[in-house]
Amino acid sequence: MAILEINQLSKRFGGLLAVNDVSFQVEPGQIKAVIGPNGAGKTTLFNMISGTFPATSGSVTFQGQALKKKKPFQVATLGMARTFQNIKMFSGMTALENVMVGRHVQSNAGFLSSMFRMPWTWKEERDIRDKSLELLALLEIEEYAHTDASSLAFGQQRAVELARALALEPSLLLLDEPAAGLNIYETAEVGRLITKIRELGVTVLLVEHDMSLVMDISDEIVVLCFGEKIAEDIPKNIQQDPEVIKIYLGEE
Amino acid sequence: MLCLGLLTRCQMTTELFIQYLMAGITYGSIYAIVAIGFNIIYNTTGIINFAQGEFVMFGGMIAISLLQFMPMPVAIALAVAITMVIGALIEICFIRWLKSPSVLRMIIITIGISILSREVGVHIWGESIRSLPYFVGNEITSIPIFGARISPQVLWVVAASGLMVIALGIFFKTTSVGREMRACASNRKAATLCGINTQNMVTLSFVLSAGIGAFAGCVMSPITYSQYDMGTGLAIKGFTVAILGGLGSSGGAVAAGLLLGIIEAFSVSVVPLAFQDAISISILLIILFVRPQGLFGSKEAAGLSEF
Amino acid sequence: MKKLLSVLPLLAVVIGIHLLTSATDTMYYLTQMTMSAYYSLLIIGLCVLMGYAGQISLGHAGFFAIGGYLSAALTTHSLIAYKDTALVTFLDSMGMLMSGHDLYGEALLVVSPWVACIVAVCTAAGIAVIIGIPVLKLKGHYLAMATLGFGIIIYRVALALEYFGEADGISEVPAFVLLPGLSVSGDFSNRVQNYYIAWGLLLIGMVLLLNLIDSRVGRALRGIHGSDEAADAMGVNTSRFKLQTFVLSAVFAAIAGVFLTHYNGGIGPSEAGVMKSVRYVAIVAVGGMAHLWGALLMGIVLNFLSLRGVFGSYDDAVFGLILIVIMLFAPNGILSLNIRYRLKQLLGRGKSDKEGEA
Repeated sequence: MAILEINQLSKRFGGLLAVNDVSFQVEPGQIKAVIGPNGAGKTTLFNMISGTFPATSGSVTFQGQALKKKKPFQVATLGMARTFQNIKMFSGMTALENVMVGRHVQSNAGFLSSMFRMPWTWKEERDIRDKSLELLALLEIEEYAHTDASSLAFGQQRAVELARALALEPSLLLLDEPAAGLNIYETAEVGRLITKIRELGVTVLLVEHDMSLVMDISDEIVVLCFGEKIAEDIPKNIQQDPEVIKIYLGEE
Repeated sequence: MLCLGLLTRCQMTTELFIQYLMAGITYGSIYAIVAIGFNIIYNTTGIINFAQGEFVMFGGMIAISLLQFMPMPVAIALAVAITMVIGALIEICFIRWLKSPSVLRMIIITIGISILSREVGVHIWGESIRSLPYFVGNEITSIPIFGARISPQVLWVVAASGLMVIALGIFFKTTSVGREMRACASNRKAATLCGINTQNMVTLSFVLSAGIGAFAGCVMSPITYSQYDMGTGLAIKGFTVAILGGLGSSGGAVAAGLLLGIIEAFSVSVVPLAFQDAISISILLIILFVRPQGLFGSKEAAGLSEF
Repeated sequence: MKKLLSVLPLLAVVIGIHLLTSATDTMYYLTQMTMSAYYSLLIIGLCVLMGYAGQISLGHAGFFAIGGYLSAALTTHSLIAYKDTALVTFLDSMGMLMSGHDLYGEALLVVSPWVACIVAVCTAAGIAVIIGIPVLKLKGHYLAMATLGFGIIIYRVALALEYFGEADGISEVPAFVLLPGLSVSGDFSNRVQNYYIAWGLLLIGMVLLLNLIDSRVGRALRGIHGSDEAADAMGVNTSRFKLQTFVLSAVFAAIAGVFLTHYNGGIGPSEAGVMKSVRYVAIVAVGGMAHLWGALLMGIVLNFLSLRGVFGSYDDAVFGLILIVIMLFAPNGILSLNIRYRLKQLLGRGKSDKEGEA
């Protein structure tokens, strides 16, 4: 069964039809990419999947459950994590603390139990901390655990963001332009980390501009143009698809 | 039809109705002027100036003090000028320093300015309530309007407010400075690129707001009296009106001001006087919760900067 | 444990001040220190709301007043005229009423202070929930104005209702007997006892809030403040957390109101005024909005100085000026300046160390 099913999803902003009748599926364990020129509706599509705003029509089904009118935090609780194109780090907090916030859905302490430091919270706090350090190590940035997150280099912040998203123990990870702002080497690094994440059993859906990254790591690619899906196939075929070539390079 | 219904239901005489209506229009015009003051500064800088009410206070109080030494028209003109200088000083000393401050910082700073202004006021003029004398006649002079006896000062307030609104309209639409200010309001970076000195525009917006506030303070003084702490209440009502009319819209401010003034005036017949303030605050809260873009604004326009 | 230990130095200072004033025969300072402690209880609650959850409240004096006025009214208005009604007999049988005598020797039947306290604080919490739900959806200027409006409504209600004593407020508020032998009142003989009650309450509040900040909830709040959208995506129910923090800060304010009213023996409408609310915001801003210790320090110092009349008739002006100066030159609070500077010099490490502690 597909982990994520997008069915005839559309989004209208006033007179503009940003996403038009898009349908596709993501299989568990896949790395699937959504590409397309600027303004193709990729981020809008993402935002509808993660619950940031509602679709005008169509449906999103995650692990068999319809995500109608679910708010982002509810979607996160169901097992879908996401990152942001312009890396929303929690300012004023260290890298470790950022990741620890990611453990929110996997922990329970509330206002009263936190204020009174109930004994059962002691173990939970230790576990949160340990697990977060583990994730930072997985993403190879454990040395920056106690540095202020906003003062890290962009590539390192990306890694923190990935660790933070993984802290939710998601079944599906939505990556919004993970290579944005990264140079060639950092992009290759990110690609490697994403593949590592897939090996953990996390399905990945990413939106991306950078062709090298996409062709390198994706199992399947969906191509959007002006809000419509114009192709969905394995990378090799997409590279040779005349329609796709046309929208990226123009008519011959 | 509505008026007749109101009349018969409240058993109000036409005379009383006109009294309330004129009171509502008077206070409404004042609220509208304060709101327009908010709008001018907001449009140019994105700041809500919590000290707006103090400009009104300064205008009235300074004019009253100057009256001892010079005839009234001169005193008023000078008071307005002095208040405009105060507005400029406030901008130069406190606002200019800040490079992209957060909304919270701006709120707290303008609150601080408001408090400071009020304290300056109380140390110069004490807590006493004063007023300018009536421009024409005295407190019992009245003109009959539709059977009710209305003080001519009311007409002064309405006329002054109307004139200011029209003058501002002409200023912004036709003069080059006015157009530059509008450019600043819509896109500050682009305005700078066009060679407009945005910093001066900001100062100018404070000067203008101070000026119209001060003038309003002078014309309303015989009716409402002037006191060192009159600013806060006015600022809140002015802000309510600004939001009600759609933040940044002057036309909206006028309409909303008159609406609030009239509602407040008529509410006296149903609600005890002590709660009259509560009416405008309740309206403020309701609008903020239900329709923050105001009665006339659009949803996009309500997208204020985040905290 | 660590948090408890971190307040020990403060406890030492508190005891030290007591001994010092006792030795130098300046025990009257203890009165202002006691009052400062109660105001600081409100301040630290407000600090968590403003600095960690990132929500401004220009009406917090309203919650202080709800606590103070309700407990004052309930413990002073005599129910003796209704003493034969079912409700009153029921309450009496539950031990919730207290009898006494007023100034003229007339018999009184009022609600006992413990019950009044609980009712007052719960009412404040309830009101916080009711207005919090719509108000916290607002941002920036809108939020500021809405909370300001709320504060003014409370002020107007206190000023207008006869039940709350109108312009004169309520006086003759009886002592609040916490435990046999331990009571909150303005009695001179009780001065030292009350000093420790106030500071004890404040220290407990400090420990609770320090625990909160360094916990799952605290991190979630700081996350909300850092990036609302990202916190949402991480599974944090941002509106619920903001509301809970708002209610928590309202409860702290209400408790401060209750205790201070019993200590002062009364309350007046100025306690609900705009100037008080602004003053609280000023103190939190000066102390450093995300620095609980900073807020506490500033709360004690500034309140103490103000209560001693050090600022004279320029009291409000001083707060206004402080507000402006701090916002212009040290927007992260007065302590953040020193601490960062000093740490950088001493240890050459990043800001993150001190952030972790506060």
